[in-house]
Amino acid sequence: MTRYIIRRLLWGMALLVIVCAVTFVLFRILPTGNPAVLRAGRNPQPKLIKEIEGVLGLDKPLIVQFWNYVKEVFLHFNLGYSYTNQESVRGLIAERLPATLSLTIGAAVLWIAAGLSVGIVSALRRHSLLDRAAMGTSLVLISAPEFWLGLIFLYLFASDIGHFKILPGAGSYVGITSDPWKWFTSLIMPWIVLASGSAAVFARLMRGSLTDAMREDYIRTARAKGLPEGQVVRQGVRAAINPIVTLFGLEVGVLLGGAVLIESVFNIPGIGRLAYQSIQSSNFPVIQGTVLLASMFIIVANILVDVAYAYLDPRVRYS
Amino acid sequence: MSNGEALLRVEDLRVEFPSEDGVVHAVDGITYEVQSGRTLGIVGESGSGKTVSSLTTLGLTRRQGARISGRIMFEGQDLLALPEEKLRAVRGNDIAMIFQDPLSSLHPLYRVGRQLTEAVRAHRAVSKAKARERAIELLGLVGIPEPARRVDEYPHEFSGGMRQRVMIAMALANEPKLLIADEPTTALDVTVQAQILALMERLQRELGMAIVIITHDLGVVAGMADEIAVMYAGRIVETASTARLFAAPEHPYTWGLLKSIPRLDGPREEDLVPIPGTPPSLIDPPSGCRFHPRCPYAQPEHARVDPPLQPVPDEPAHHVACLLEADVRRRLWAQLAAGKTPEQALAAMGTPA
Repeated sequence: MTRYIIRRLLWGMALLVIVCAVTFVLFRILPTGNPAVLRAGRNPQPKLIKEIEGVLGLDKPLIVQFWNYVKEVFLHFNLGYSYTNQESVRGLIAERLPATLSLTIGAAVLWIAAGLSVGIVSALRRHSLLDRAAMGTSLVLISAPEFWLGLIFLYLFASDIGHFKILPGAGSYVGITSDPWKWFTSLIMPWIVLASGSAAVFARLMRGSLTDAMREDYIRTARAKGLPEGQVVRQGVRAAINPIVTLFGLEVGVLLGGAVLIESVFNIPGIGRLAYQSIQSSNFPVIQGTVLLASMFIIVANILVDVAYAYLDPRVRYS
Repeated sequence: MSNGEALLRVEDLRVEFPSEDGVVHAVDGITYEVQSGRTLGIVGESGSGKTVSSLTTLGLTRRQGARISGRIMFEGQDLLALPEEKLRAVRGNDIAMIFQDPLSSLHPLYRVGRQLTEAVRAHRAVSKAKARERAIELLGLVGIPEPARRVDEYPHEFSGGMRQRVMIAMALANEPKLLIADEPTTALDVTVQAQILALMERLQRELGMAIVIITHDLGVVAGMADEIAVMYAGRIVETASTARLFAAPEHPYTWGLLKSIPRLDGPREEDLVPIPGTPPSLIDPPSGCRFHPRCPYAQPEHARVDPPLQPVPDEPAHHVACLLEADVRRRLWAQLAAGKTPEQALAAMGTPA
């Protein structure tokens, strides 16, 4: 098992290098252009552009630039410096990490709790009014873009522009350390909006998975033993969860993608909004830093899922 | 069928399942009984209603939307009239059941020990430690070596025969008065089949429980059952003591079953004769005698008249539902028993088919 985890971690590293290379090439061939030009002000002299290119190392061959970057990232955990204000990308990300973690972890908890419980109730009361309503709603939530849903929520519930002024709106985020209650209330809407898509997917998956599990022979055995129905259902849920755990790792990526939009809509100073802003200003080092961080989250989540799977299903043993 | 103190008495049981294609008449008015400590074999093809009737005994067809009528008397109370919670107290306690495929019947993600202890603790207020002791004892009882170690293993770590032993151990956890075994050996190798049947017989002697064994294979019940009921298309068509059924079967369907299994004591060149045709639809069963479309001896009026299950002349414990005359049946069976095909038997009778 330990060897398996080490092997997976090494593969994860290799994957990160590949992600680096892809973003590196991608952003340098895009027509948004030369960051040196963007930084040189209006009507710059070619000489000034050359100078800036020299300072940023943009005059070196692409492969050398890439090598220098990867070396810094993996040896010194240095993600480079922002083109716009020379701040270290590591510092920029560290500063915004708490907001993004608050948003995504809270949304993930909500996503799993809501998704699984709605799925379980729907599976046990198939074709009931409750089931139909839940599955109909989930279809809407899966189809609705998050930014649109976010705007609808603000329009309905925000304390400034909403029809029912019950929750703090955009731009109300404060750190958990400065005011925990305000932190909590300001995140309620972002959590709900960010979790809704994934929760809807999981509700539908759980419904299907549990419906199948409840038809299995071992459920019939559990009933034949005379177990109370609550215990019978628990055995079904235990079996139904396994296939869904695998999808958790994939859905984390969707969640992080959603965080970029949600942070922008709700004006939360997190990494998602940082990424959005740096894309607008062709701030390569910051873009790369955020992409790498997101990739790392997804890779780690998937390794955790695979390790968890071995514990959840005794028939699975990695060697 | 004797009329003493039956442990289980099923009376005119009907089970219907509404489906998109129409109502499935899975069990269509069957009556049988099992005495304490005795073994009843229920024999029939798949789709003859033998499994549904047993699941209904435990109330396991209720939540599938089945329409159930009749009575299932167990120790003086009608199981069909019991509310779910009372019936749950009977399941796994007074009546236990084992199934065809032991791998899919065990929860793949729980240790065998846990699956045994929960069977104990569903009906007895005992500590986890005591229940675990009982689980180890049960595994030893059904002949699993090193029970104290294997109690912590998962079902996939057991072989097919050992899994069925685990299922039996689970069924015996609360020393039931009746064990229903639904095709307990069908998924197993032939040698393992014999072991499992021997184990069930030994446990029956030691624990004194009654057994209902459901199978499509007359060979399985031959050595084990005291009585046999033959089911066809949701009905019992013949019932007799095991010795009597093998020596003097009365129903053409039973003849077909007997002629389609190989026997070591029959004439050596005798061919196996399959029953022609396929089991009938239970949504729209054949009119009259339900076996008439597949019966080599059927007369035109058999398609109109529905034969009742009646005692055979001079044999009050032997019942058959057949429209042929008793002496015609006996002469036909004499021909078949001598190794003749159904056509030859008919020709020898001199009666037009």
